[in-house]
Amino acid sequence: MSILIDALTSALNDEVRIDKWQRPSSVLCCTVPVEKFAEAAWILLKKKYALLAAEWATDETPFGRGFGIFACYRWGKEYLIVRSELPADNPEFPSLTRRYLPAYRFERQMQSLMGVVPIGHPDARPWIKFEDWPQDAWPMRKSFDALKPLPRVAGEYKFVRTEGEGVYEIPVGPVHAGIIEPGHFRFQAVGEDIINLEERLGYVHKGIEKRFEALSWQDGSRLAGRVSGDTTVAHSLAYCMALESMTGCSVPARAQWLRALFLEIERIANHLGDLGAICNDAAFALMLYQMMRLKEMLLRSNHKLFGHRFIMDRIIPGGVSVDIDTDGKELMLSELKKLLKEFNRLVAIYDENSSLEDRVRDTGILIPEKAREICAVGIVARASGMNLDCRTQNPFPPYDRINVNVPVLISGDVHARAWVRVEEVRESIRIIREILETLPSGEISSKVEMPSPDTSGFSAVEGWRGEIIYWLQAGPGGEVNRCMVRDPSSVNWLGLEQCIHGNIVPDFPLCNKSFNQSYSGHDL
Amino acid sequence: MKVYPYIIEFLQIAIFLGIAPAFTGWVRMLKCWTQGRTSAGLFQPYRDIMKLFSKDVILADNASWIFRFTPYLIFGTAVLAGGIVPMLSIDLPITSTADVIVLVALFAIARFFTALAGMDIGTAFGGMGSSREMTIASLAEPAMLMAIFTVSLASKSTSLSQMVHVIYSGQSVLRPSLVFALLAFILIALAETGRIPVDNPATHLELTMIHEAMILEYSGRHLALIEWANMMKLFLFTALGIATFFPWGIAASGDIGFIPAALLIMMLKLGIAGAGLVLLETGLAKMRIFRLTEFLGSAFLLATLGMLSYFILE
Repeated sequence: MSILIDALTSALNDEVRIDKWQRPSSVLCCTVPVEKFAEAAWILLKKKYALLAAEWATDETPFGRGFGIFACYRWGKEYLIVRSELPADNPEFPSLTRRYLPAYRFERQMQSLMGVVPIGHPDARPWIKFEDWPQDAWPMRKSFDALKPLPRVAGEYKFVRTEGEGVYEIPVGPVHAGIIEPGHFRFQAVGEDIINLEERLGYVHKGIEKRFEALSWQDGSRLAGRVSGDTTVAHSLAYCMALESMTGCSVPARAQWLRALFLEIERIANHLGDLGAICNDAAFALMLYQMMRLKEMLLRSNHKLFGHRFIMDRIIPGGVSVDIDTDGKELMLSELKKLLKEFNRLVAIYDENSSLEDRVRDTGILIPEKAREICAVGIVARASGMNLDCRTQNPFPPYDRINVNVPVLISGDVHARAWVRVEEVRESIRIIREILETLPSGEISSKVEMPSPDTSGFSAVEGWRGEIIYWLQAGPGGEVNRCMVRDPSSVNWLGLEQCIHGNIVPDFPLCNKSFNQSYSGHDL
Repeated sequence: MKVYPYIIEFLQIAIFLGIAPAFTGWVRMLKCWTQGRTSAGLFQPYRDIMKLFSKDVILADNASWIFRFTPYLIFGTAVLAGGIVPMLSIDLPITSTADVIVLVALFAIARFFTALAGMDIGTAFGGMGSSREMTIASLAEPAMLMAIFTVSLASKSTSLSQMVHVIYSGQSVLRPSLVFALLAFILIALAETGRIPVDNPATHLELTMIHEAMILEYSGRHLALIEWANMMKLFLFTALGIATFFPWGIAASGDIGFIPAALLIMMLKLGIAGAGLVLLETGLAKMRIFRLTEFLGSAFLLATLGMLSYFILE
C-alpha cells in the first residue's frame, strides 16, 4: 500500500474504493463519493502535503454512467488518482480551488469544455472556451459534434480591474511582435510598476483532446507528438508509455534506452535555445546567436541520424522506429564533445558579464512557497527549491538504471531558471554518453495489443519543461474514450502571474522567457 | 560675400544625408561580425528606407495632424542640425548663426513632437514610450548642456565653430575638463541615440522599448523619414563628439580644396567611433530602466566635474 492511499483510507474508512482498472499497477486510483471529493483533497494536503498534479473530467455515457471527475495527486514518487462519479443530470462537484491553486484553471477548463460545475469555485469565467461560443456548447461531451460549425454569440470576457489614481492598463497580444505563439497579457500598472498581470490563454485551442477520441490508438502517438512542437519526443513518449501500460506491452530494452536518448537530446536542444533567448531579451544578442548555432548543430545531426530535426514520430507504441549504428554513435559523441566545450565557454561569458547579471538576478522571483502553492513542475519548480524530477522520483526505464543529478536552486529568479538549464544541459550530455556506452542490443520495437475495454493507463514523463502526464481511458468497445494531456505549462503559467508582482513592465519579457511555457500545450 | 562656405554647407548636408544610412549599416555590419554572423552589408539601411518609401501609409482613424506632421518635423530638424555641426569645415554659415544651444533645442523639439505623436493614437505602448522618453530627456538634456558648456568655457564661446577652432589650434590638448566632458558626452550620446545599454534598437519586445514604442504605429514614408532621421541622429552625435573633442582634420579655412581630405578623415574617424560603439554594445546587456537615472546622473556628475576642474585647474 502506498502512503497517500493509507492516509485517505484511515480518514474516510470504507468510503474509499480502490479501482481495479487503473494501469500501471504502481499508480493507484480510488473512487470516493462526490461529496467527499474536496474532503479527500483536504486530507491529502493537510496530512501529507501532497501536490495536485492534474484534475480532469470524463464523459462516461458510453459506459452508461454520468461523468467522472478525477484529481491526480503526487507525493514524492507516488501518484494517486482520486475519482468521483457524477450523475448526468446533475453534474456538480465540490471545487478544490480553495485548497489547491492549480485547480483554479483545471476546473474552469472542465466547466467550459465538459460542462461539469465546480461548486464553490471563485471564478465562473470560461477558460480556453471563448465567450463568443454558445454557453451550452461543451466540446468534450460525447454528444458534441466536432464537425459541426458553432454559431457565434455576443460575449465579453471581463478582466480583473484595478482602480486608483495613475493606474493604467496595458493590453499585450494575443498577436505579438516576435514569432511566438499567441496569448493575451493584461497588465495593470502604475508608472512602470506592475500591480497585477492577468493571462488570457486559449488562442491556440485546437481541440486536441477531442481529436484523440476520433483516432485509433496507433495514430494517437502521432497526434501526441504535435501537442507542443518543441516537446514532440516527450509528449509522444508519454502517450506511448500510457498506452503500453494499459496493454501490458513490454518494450524492448534497446528501445527504452533509445527513447531516453531522444528525450535528452530534446532537452539539450531546447535549453540551448532558451538560454540564448533569455540573454537576448536583456539585449545581449551574442548569446542568442551562439546558442542558436549550437542548437542548430544538434538539430542537423538529428536530421542526419534519425531523419527528423526534432525527432518527431520516431517514438511509436511498442518502441521506436529508428536505430543508431556505430558510426552514428561516434558522430554523436564527437559532436557532444565539441558542443560541451563551446557551451562551457558561452556559459563563462554569461556568468562573468556583470551587466547581464544585473538583469537576471532578483528579477521575477517565484518564492518557494508560491511555487509549492501552485504545484509548479519542471525547471520552474527546480529553480524555486522544489526537488521534482520524474527521472529520479518515478523512474521509468531506463532511468531506473541511470543516476541523474537534479540541479535545485532556491532563489527562484530569472538567473535560477537559466542556471537550472545550464546544469541540465551538462547533465544531459553526461547521460547521453552513458546511454551510448551501455546501449543494449536487440529489437527496437514490439507489437502492441489493443487495450481491453474500460481500462485506463497513466504515465508521467520528464520533458524538458517538466513533468508531462497522460491519462488514457478505453471505452466499452476498446476504443479511445478519453485522452487527458497535462503539459507542464498547464500549471506553470500560474507561476508567471505570481512572480511578476513587484517587477517593472520592461522586465516582463525577460521573466516570461525564463519560464518559456508552451501556449499550444496549455490550450490543447 | 564668400561663396565657398555656402557651397560647403550644402555639400556637407548632402553628404550627411547620403552617408548617414551607411554609418548605421557599418555599425550593424560590425555588430553582426562580433556576434559571429554574416551581415546584410553596408547598404542594407538604404534598401530598408527605399522599401519603406514604396509602401503605403496606414493611418489610425483617430490620428491628428500631430501624428502626420511629426515625421517631417523630425526629418527637418535632423537635416538642420546636420548643418550646424561642423563636419567638413569650420567656416559654415549656419554654424556661425546657430550655436550649440540651438542644436540641443532642435533635438528637444523633435523629441517633444515624437512623444506627442506617440500618445496621439492612444495605444498603451505609445504612451508608455513617451513617458519613458521624457524621463530620459529630463535627465539627459541638462547633462548634455553641462558637458557642452564645459567645452564652451574652454573656448569662451557657445558657437561650435569657435569651440572647434580653439581646440583645433592646439591650446587645449589633454585638459582634464575636456576628458570629463567627453566621458559625460559618450554616456549622453548612448542615451540620446537609443543604443544599448539604454535602449535596444533591434528589439521586437514592445514592453521594453523606449524610442521604438513611440513610433510603433508609423508605416510607409512616415516610418522611412523617422528611420532615416534616426540614422542621421546617430551620425550627428558621433560627428558632434568628433568635432568637439577630436576636430583634427576638419578644414579650418573656407577653402574647398581641403574638403576631400576632410571627408576622408571624417569617414575614418566615424569608422573608428562606430567600432567603439559596437564593442560597447556587444559586451553589455541592456540595463534595467530604473538604472537610467544613475547612468544619466553619473553623466551629469562627470560634466559637472569637468566644469569644476576647469575653474580649479585651468
